[in-house]
Amino acid sequence: MTTSLLEVRNLRVEFPTRHGNLLALDDISFEIAPGEILGVVGESGAGKSLTGAAIIGLLDPPGRIAAGEILLEGRRIDNLPYEQMRLIRGRQIGAIFQDPLTSLNPLYTVGRQLIETITTHLPLNQTQARKRAIELLEQTGIPAAAARIDQFPHQFSGGMRQRVVIALALAGNPKLIVADEPTTALDVSIQAQIIALLKSICKEQGAAVMLITHDMGVIAETCDRVAVLYAGRVAEIGPVHSVIHRPAHPYTVGLMGAIPALDQEVERLLQIDGAMPRLNSIPSGCAFNPRCSQAFDRCRSERPELTSAGGTTAACWLHANQPGQEP
Amino acid sequence: MLVFIIRRLAQAVIVMLTVAFVSFLLFQYVGDPVTSLLGQDATQEQRVALRHDLGLDAPVPVQFGRFIGNAVQGEFGLSLRQGRKVSSLIVERLPATLELSLVAGLIALLVGIPLGVYAALRRGRASSQLLMMFSLLGVSLPTFLIGILLILVFAVWLKWLPSFGRGDVLAFGSWTTGLLTLDGLRHVLLPAITLSVFQLTLIMRLVRSEMLEVLRTDYIRFARARGLSDQAVYFGHALKNTLVPVITITGLQLGSLIAFAIITETVFQWPGMGLLFIQAVQFADIPVMAAYLCLISFIFVTINLAVDLLYFAVDPRLRIEGKVQ
Amino acid sequence: MMQAHEEPEPMNDKPASAPNALRRFLDGDVWHSFCNSPVAMLAALIAFVCIFCALFADLVAPHNPFDLASLELMDSRLPPSWMEGGSRNYLLGTDDQGRDLLSALMYGARISLFVGLASVLLSMLIGVSLGLLAGFVGGKVDAFIMRICDVMLSFPSILVALLIDGVGRAIFPNAHDSLAFMVLILAISLTGWVQYARTVRGSTMVERNKEYVQAARVIGVSKGRIMARHVLPNVLGPVLVLATIQVAAAIITEATLSFLGVGVPPTSPSLGTLIRVGNDFLFSGEWWITIWPGTMLVLIALSVNLLGDWLRDALNPRLR
Repeated sequence: MTTSLLEVRNLRVEFPTRHGNLLALDDISFEIAPGEILGVVGESGAGKSLTGAAIIGLLDPPGRIAAGEILLEGRRIDNLPYEQMRLIRGRQIGAIFQDPLTSLNPLYTVGRQLIETITTHLPLNQTQARKRAIELLEQTGIPAAAARIDQFPHQFSGGMRQRVVIALALAGNPKLIVADEPTTALDVSIQAQIIALLKSICKEQGAAVMLITHDMGVIAETCDRVAVLYAGRVAEIGPVHSVIHRPAHPYTVGLMGAIPALDQEVERLLQIDGAMPRLNSIPSGCAFNPRCSQAFDRCRSERPELTSAGGTTAACWLHANQPGQEP
Repeated sequence: MLVFIIRRLAQAVIVMLTVAFVSFLLFQYVGDPVTSLLGQDATQEQRVALRHDLGLDAPVPVQFGRFIGNAVQGEFGLSLRQGRKVSSLIVERLPATLELSLVAGLIALLVGIPLGVYAALRRGRASSQLLMMFSLLGVSLPTFLIGILLILVFAVWLKWLPSFGRGDVLAFGSWTTGLLTLDGLRHVLLPAITLSVFQLTLIMRLVRSEMLEVLRTDYIRFARARGLSDQAVYFGHALKNTLVPVITITGLQLGSLIAFAIITETVFQWPGMGLLFIQAVQFADIPVMAAYLCLISFIFVTINLAVDLLYFAVDPRLRIEGKVQ
Repeated sequence: MMQAHEEPEPMNDKPASAPNALRRFLDGDVWHSFCNSPVAMLAALIAFVCIFCALFADLVAPHNPFDLASLELMDSRLPPSWMEGGSRNYLLGTDDQGRDLLSALMYGARISLFVGLASVLLSMLIGVSLGLLAGFVGGKVDAFIMRICDVMLSFPSILVALLIDGVGRAIFPNAHDSLAFMVLILAISLTGWVQYARTVRGSTMVERNKEYVQAARVIGVSKGRIMARHVLPNVLGPVLVLATIQVAAAIITEATLSFLGVGVPPTSPSLGTLIRVGNDFLFSGEWWITIWPGTMLVLIALSVNLLGDWLRDALNPRLR
């Protein structure tokens, strides 16, 4: 195994309620190599944002990590006390959230928020930090950065604001960026720009990205690998080309089939019957089995592990031919 | 921004006119204006002459106009109860009430805001829950009862502090102040605390709930995700966003303090406008009631306007776009 | 760009039938939260006891303080029974006329609760109707009502109540007792209606734009029916919370007015009146005459406030 930047092993996140423990993430495992862009895709409620929140250590209570490990460059970070984790946030791991409108404090100038972040992580004085802030703004494509640095967030358009957010996330030169639906709240025309910006700037700084989204198009454009989440579990994970063109898990097949393509004549789009199960009624065995057209007995009783399936790795009994097969 | 100021001024004028109208109605139809101005012992001839002089046979809008004219100059006639000019009564009593309200307001702010911040940051801990209990108690205790309890403990049992009056006052022109003498300070302490309790609990609860709301926002989450220290997150970001609506609401409450002073002044026999007003209500002394009403609404309207301007100064979103939320 | 399959939202705008509603309530989070909150249960108990004593003062009180024949001047100014000089006949002591304080408390509480509840009901009536009207009709009517709300909100409640009371006094100088009560209830209710109006207006405007309301209007259901059958049930939650908190405020306002001498007529003393009477004896050391009515007042207000607070938290989905 090559040295991975981020490694998530058997992560379990649960929410204690008076109806019992709700398992929101059930045994999630994946890796991100340095400089790689991993897409995390799935429906609303599949657990994508929770995974991101768990990695940066900002799970909203009463949610908590019940089991598993998260390792950054080989060191465990899931069990760190708040103060130590705080030093990692922003410096080693940056985060971008969905809504640029609400991500910035409306009462402070963009410059103040940038300089504050820079001085928290880097040993620069105010003047140096201001210079660096202007540089960051220029890098993220904000015109007249030297003038606009003293403006307030509401004076920027949506796309511009997200660029500021990206600048803020990169201020500490992190090695990994967790981007949670960074383009969902933006106009379609701006989305492409922001994605391109994210991709190029991360390449420049050598930062890896965990791109959380429900938009397969963005995944196809941007990512090196992609993980498909379903009901809090990883259904399939692999290189993006393989997952899209040769999906192994029936759920992924359904997802790809539901996307209209310009170069094919299709009478009806493929539709997966039913809906993703609620957290308190996840079926035994494979979580997808009630909706799967190829399900058989083993699917209903035993939960499949991730195993190699052609070009990708899938959690499906269709592909686990022999016991003891390595993923 | 100029448009905004003009609009607010226009609104203020409308409110004042409405209140003046209500006072005018009081004068016209509830009390007898002639008796108000001349006192009880006027002869019939004097009354008829005055009716003509006053133009009470003139159409109502004209009378209203005159009323406004008089009101603006502070002329409300004579008090039915005391026979003195209402305006001089008010001038005499105004400083006492204003000082009491200011001290109470300061206590409420200086104690309420820190307690509210503490209750928000230490949410869930026993001490914070205890604080919330006390705040409920503060809202459930009527002001007059607080005054009585304080008098009982500090004046009757412990005999530490006086229980009525203003103590020694110094006069500067027509303004009298009790804040510059030790005796005056001793006298203002219990009434000010009494008056401040209600405000204090309100401010505390407001600060707490505002801060909890702010702590749930995306920008606070993002600030944490950037690795900012607790101090920066709580006192740099959260506090400022919390205080902006709080300070403005508190400003509005200042007017409420002046009104609630009525109760405190009654309990402590504090010689202010509130006590004057209560005696007027008990006696159905319309001129004093009308004058108090106009004055209070003027104070309110001025405070509201000042607070709106303050909002403008503090929240950059309003400044630049010129729009008002 | 393609989106993954989203889950449909469940419809929950149907009005519930009674037995179903009761079962859902007992299963639901509100009841559960109540059973889990010792504070709420204690508050409910205290409120219940106070209300019970007030309602059934005739049966529960050991003496009748209004029966002049039963008063013994010899027994006046007795301290509470556990102190020196107290008597077991008068558990909490007596006032200067020989009236038993415990009984006076219960009768006084009755008056206070009556005025408080009546004011809140009237407040609700005015506020909810105006709110529905403003929210549903919109336009100039809405703007006008909201303007009035703004003006009224900028005046403190005590001032409004005092003013109306004072004007009432001036108009009817020798008012009959029941008229005095009505003026008082009107005065207090006018201080609180604005909150209801605003809340209801907000909810109405939200509901008005929902599809089921628009559908009903297209079919031809009258506005009144839509308001009553559909909008009102959705608004009851916050209104209920408001009402609970306002009851405490109304009781305190009444007590304040009575303490100031401009509240209930002296023949029907409320807790506020009792406190005022007792205030005169504070300096001679007979603190009990004013403190017991004060304690009762605080107990009622506090327990109602606690219930209102708990109710608001229980009904707020975000805090769960």
